[in-house]
This record gives sequence, C-alpha cells and structure tokens, in this order.
Amino acid sequence: MLAEAGNAMDATTAQTAVLTWRLERRPDNWVTRLFDNKKFLIGLCLAPAIGLLVVFLTYPLGLGFWLALTDSTIGQRGHFVGLANFISVFNDPVFQLSVFNTIFYTAAATVGKFALGLWLALLLNHHLPFKSFLRAIVLLPWIVPTVLSAIVWWWMYSPQFSIISYILVNVLHLRSTYINFLGSAWPARWSLVAANVWRGIPFVAIITLAGLQTIPPSLYEAALLDGASPWQRFRFITVPLLLPILSVALTLSTLFTFSDFQLVYAITDGGPFNTTQIMATLAYQVAIPGSELGQGAAIAVAMIPFLVALTAINYFGLARRKWQQGPANE
Amino acid sequence: MQKMDHLTRRQSLILGAGALGMATLPRRGALAATMEAGVPVADVKPPSFAIEKGATLRVLRPAKFIAPDETWFRANTKKFTEQTGVHVELDFISWEQLRPQTAVTANTGAGPDIIVGWSADPQIYASKLVDLTDVGDYLGAKYGGWFDLATLYGTKWGSGGKQWIAIPLGGGTGPSVYRISWVKEAGYDKIPNDLNEFLTLCQKLKKIGHPCGFALGHAVGDANGFANWLMWSHGAYAIDEQGKVAIDSPEMINALNYCKEMYPTMIAGTTSWNDASNNQAFAAGEIGLTFNGVSIYYVLKNSKDKRLNTIAADTNNVLPPYGVSKGHPPMSALVINAMLFQHSKFPNAAKDYIRFMMEAPQYGPWLADCYGYWSNPLKAYSEMTIWDKDPKIAAYKEGMNTPYYDGYKGPISANSSALAANYILVDMFAKVATGNASAKEAASFAAKQAERYYKA
Repeated sequence: MLAEAGNAMDATTAQTAVLTWRLERRPDNWVTRLFDNKKFLIGLCLAPAIGLLVVFLTYPLGLGFWLALTDSTIGQRGHFVGLANFISVFNDPVFQLSVFNTIFYTAAATVGKFALGLWLALLLNHHLPFKSFLRAIVLLPWIVPTVLSAIVWWWMYSPQFSIISYILVNVLHLRSTYINFLGSAWPARWSLVAANVWRGIPFVAIITLAGLQTIPPSLYEAALLDGASPWQRFRFITVPLLLPILSVALTLSTLFTFSDFQLVYAITDGGPFNTTQIMATLAYQVAIPGSELGQGAAIAVAMIPFLVALTAINYFGLARRKWQQGPANE
Repeated sequence: MQKMDHLTRRQSLILGAGALGMATLPRRGALAATMEAGVPVADVKPPSFAIEKGATLRVLRPAKFIAPDETWFRANTKKFTEQTGVHVELDFISWEQLRPQTAVTANTGAGPDIIVGWSADPQIYASKLVDLTDVGDYLGAKYGGWFDLATLYGTKWGSGGKQWIAIPLGGGTGPSVYRISWVKEAGYDKIPNDLNEFLTLCQKLKKIGHPCGFALGHAVGDANGFANWLMWSHGAYAIDEQGKVAIDSPEMINALNYCKEMYPTMIAGTTSWNDASNNQAFAAGEIGLTFNGVSIYYVLKNSKDKRLNTIAADTNNVLPPYGVSKGHPPMSALVINAMLFQHSKFPNAAKDYIRFMMEAPQYGPWLADCYGYWSNPLKAYSEMTIWDKDPKIAAYKEGMNTPYYDGYKGPISANSSALAANYILVDMFAKVATGNASAKEAASFAAKQAERYYKA
C-alpha cells in the first residue's frame, strides 16, 4: 500500500513537474514573439527619440516650409501661393539689407569670438594661480541669460546713460559728448558685434581649452628638444591637433550667431531704420507683430540654405581627416 | 430726453466696491472707490441676459503696467462672481503674446470666452465673434455715447458704426509731456498748437539746455505715435479711404521736412530710443518735452524719491499740437477691446460680464486709479471728478476722442497694424531726420514698403 501510495505520490509529483514544465513552455503568443523580434525592439527603443524629433523638429520645420508657401496671416488660414512669398521677399530691399546685416554680424562676431576665445584658452592652459576660479569666471557671460545681458548692453550703449560714455566724458575727460552707439548704421552694427563677441567668447574658450588639454605634453617636449620656437610649436602641434574640435566649435558658434535673435531684438530691435535688422528679427517682425505669417516663414526658411552651407563648409573644410593627418590616413 | 443722474459715493459703496477685497488694494484704491462720482448716467434699462445655469467664464487680457490696473480688474471680476455666481478665470498675458494668443483662439475655436485684444483684432476676427450690439447700444445710451475711436474699433467696419463686435475698454495714448518751468524759461506759457511755433519752442528749449526728445528708433508705441503726429498734424495720411497707399504726398513731404528741422533740436540718440528711453531721459531731467502716456507723470508723482516728486510737480500733460488738424488732436490710442468668441458656451454670462465691467461702480474706480493710463471710450467718464482733482492728467480723458487710427483713412484691418509693426513710417521719418535720404526718396520707399501689405 505504502509502496503504491509512494508510487502514486511520485506520479503526482512527476505530473506536477510536467504540468509546471508545460506551463513554462507554453507556446509563444504574438506579444512574446513580437518582443523577441530584434527589428521590432530596435524600432520600439528608437520610437521615443524619433517621436520627439518628429513632433518638435520635423513637424515645426515642415509647417514652416508649408507656411512659406501660403499667404497665411495671423488671422486667416492661407492658400497655397507657390513661391510668391519668396519672390516678394527677395525683391524687398529691407530683406536684402537684413541678409547683408546677418552675414556681416555672423562673420565679424565669429572672427572676434574665435580670436579672443582661442587667445583666452591658450592663456588659461598655462599654469596660473587660481586657475579653476579663473576658468569659472570666464564662463559667466555664457551663464547669464542672454536677455539680461542684452539689457545690460543696452544700458551701456544708451545715448544718455552709458557707463562707457560716462567714464570717457565725466571721469577721464577724453570726450565732451556722450557716444551715440546705436544711433547710426555702422556704430550700431559694431556695437551689436561687440556684445555678441562678449557673449560667445566663453563657449569658444572652454571648448578649445578642453581640446588643448587633450594634446599630449610629450609632443611639445619633443618639439622643444628639436629646438622648435613657440610659434612653431603652436603652428605645427597645437593648430593641427586642435582643428577637429575647433571645427565643431566653429560650426556651432557660427550657427548660433547666424540665428541669433535675443541680443539684436533687445538692444536695437533692428533700428535705426533697419540697419541692424537681421533675418531672424525680421522674420519675427513680419510674421508675428506684422501678422504676415507666410512672408515671415519665407524669411525664416531663407535662412536654412545659409545654415546648411555654413555647416557644410565647416565640416567638409575644416573637419576633413586629410587636413590633419595627411592623405595616407584617409 | 433721458433722465440723467449722478452716482454718489454712498451708492458706489452700496454697490459693493468697498466690500471687495479692499485689503488687497493699494492705499489710493480706497479713495478711488468713490471717484466714479460725477459720472452722468442716463436712465436706461440694461438688457436682460439670462445667465446660463452653471456658467463659468475664461477671460484673457493684456498684463498690467501699473498695479491698480490689475488690482481693480480682479476686484471687479470677483464682484461679478459674487453677484452672479459665475466663476471667472481671469488671466493676464504679456503684450507681445496677446496677438498670437488671440489668433490661436480664433482659429481653433477653443480657449478663453472673452479676450481683451488689441485695436484692429475685432475687425480681423469679426466672423468668429458674437455680436455685441445690445451691449454697445446700451452702454452708449447710458454713458453719453462712445468716442469716435471706440466706435471705429468696436463696430464692424462698413456697418456705419452700428454693429458692435467688441466693446472697447480703454485706450493708451501719448500726449505732450513737458517741464512747466523750462517751457516757461523758453518763453512759453503753454505748448503752442501752431507747428512753426512748436518748432521754435523746441529750438529755444535746446538753446537753454533742456532739449525735447521724441523716439525715432524701433519703439513700437512712442516712435509710431510721434510719426503719426508728424503725419496727421500736417494733413498727411498713410492710406486713403479706398485702402490705397497715400504716403507719397505733398503733405507728407512737408511733414518729413518738418521732422528734419526738428531733429537737431532733440537730444542726441533718439534714433536708437525704445519705448522706455524717453521716460528715463525725462525722469533724469535730460529732456524738457516729449510725447508719452501718463506713465512718466505717474511714476514721478508716486515715487518715494522726493526729487522725482519735485519733477512731477513741474510736469504737465497736454494734448499734442494740432497743426492743421481741425477739431481733434492728431493722435490715436492703443485700444483694448473685449471680444466674445462664438465658441463660448455661456454667451449671456459673458455679455453680462462685459456690461458689468463697464458700469460706473466698477469702471469708475478702475479708470480713476489707472490715473490716465487708460483713456475712457464712453464720453460720460470724462466727467469723473478724478480729471478735475488733478488737471494735469485731463489730457488723457480725451485720448479716445479722436478720429485718427493706425492706417487712417483706410479700412481697419491686419494691414493697418503691419504699418506700425514694421516701422514703415518711423523709419521714413528717421532716415530724413538723419540725412540718410531726401524727403522724396524716403516717402517713395515707405510707400513701396506699405504696398507690400496693402496689396491691390
């Protein structure tokens, strides 16, 4: 009996084991199969990123393109008008002036930012007292919200209350009248460039400083042993090894400057008589306060070829490996 | 003849102003609560709006620049809720955001029931708005009629001023603001209306070291106001009755040449001025004459700084020189209009809210405490005691008593706002003033720019 009972128990245990085993080996349902599918998993993992890109980048960009092809105003849904907005905008002297202003602003500010930023980075790369503190200080213009710094610049450029004029006139007695920084075309343009350079220096300085620190000191030591002068060390070691990071910094910095809005909007709003109007501020002015969404979108879209060209020049020009390591390493 | 009577202080208090969150109001608020006294009201039966059961409202309006504007608006709204049981969600939004927000609301058919939007917006969204003729007619009949500018913006263009599509709440205007003692020192007891005399005054002010200053930079309010004054005081206008651009005219050339003569009399740097610049220059004693809203005087008068109070005592605000304009000062106002959108589920509650906010017990204290910051659209409010208590702000009670508007004499549309938003007239005057273009060149250029918006 006991043996029978024991056998029966064994059989039950075995059955349970079989049942358990069968439960675990249940045939795959479609969900399991789906999640076992590598392609599906890749798609699933990418979906949030793609979703974000589509919703926040592709859709607004596409809508911008579409608006540029319509006669939409702020109150009315527009009709398709083909390239009429672009033709109209390209024939507008104010737009042409804004293209010139934007190119000038970008070129002058980028040259200034890179010259001063690189210089600052080279200085900070030396062993200085309070090095970390100084590096933190350098970042300040980048940390301050642009609108706030723009307002400070606006005060500094005020024809009545400028601290710069005050020092020159009331303290140093070098001038008898306050400087009219923003009252006429070229002084206003250069004033904006100066503000932009001030704001952009930290970005260039910190990125190039990071680049400088990746250059192995042994290269400089070897060059020293070979009797290379400081200029030769800079020209033949620092510059080539810094070029990849410089090209990234240059690309980003140029793009930021070309599409700048806040500084110009807060300091001159394009005045006097559009001599500091850049494409971004003009696009906003025409589209939002001026209600002509289609025309404003066309101006904004007209910035894209410039931005693509600038990126292409930087990448295909400066970032080519051939430049840095010779044709053999292509 | 409708019976006219006056609300008394006691009535206004009984009507509840005193009971409403006065603790939160500024000190002057308690005084202002009585200041609707003097408003002549006709005995007109208000339209009866059957407020929908369970009604709630969302209201959006531009942000305040001076505290009492928001404080009283909130207090009056709360009072409406207490009296009617209608909950009102009141939001304030930055001036720049208001127009896009209005557009989104109109185009999507969702959002606030009422938007207090900018001047031309009711015309732009006319097809999306609830007719407010009953409210407009009632208020006009009760409060002595509407000023021209209110009718122009509040009624549908082409309806002969009959069909109300929005109720104007007020207008921000910019008359002459000047230092009494300096103008006297220049040999004048008041600001002359004659343009040549005005130019002479500016020259004399410059000579005694207290020049005038008028914005010629991209200052959307002040610079456009100055450009409009130059234009209208010379009999010029930007758009004709048919909506065609009329900038390139002999009158405009005269205005441009006048500006060129006026420019050397100004303080340096006005081509880079924004809307805050003349306020700052005036408060610092750098200029003796400008055009501005009441904000300059308001800030000087209410400052804790005694020095600024002294400047306020020496400051006056008067209508700008008429020039060749007959009957009305050549200035307009930035008008705020209450628009009721068709998507509102509670149009009767919304209409009653607008009516309520415009009635003397509510509107009076609000207007009085805004101290000229908003000019009244209804004529009866010009009789309020506040204007007599401080005659220096009397000019602001006339702010909407003008036939001039952006894009005068053309139809009010989105295009009229584009003229100002793109600084077409401002830049024209600035170029001539600084010698960067001749009057003819600048007028011709500006006309072409305006035609980009006023397409045939």
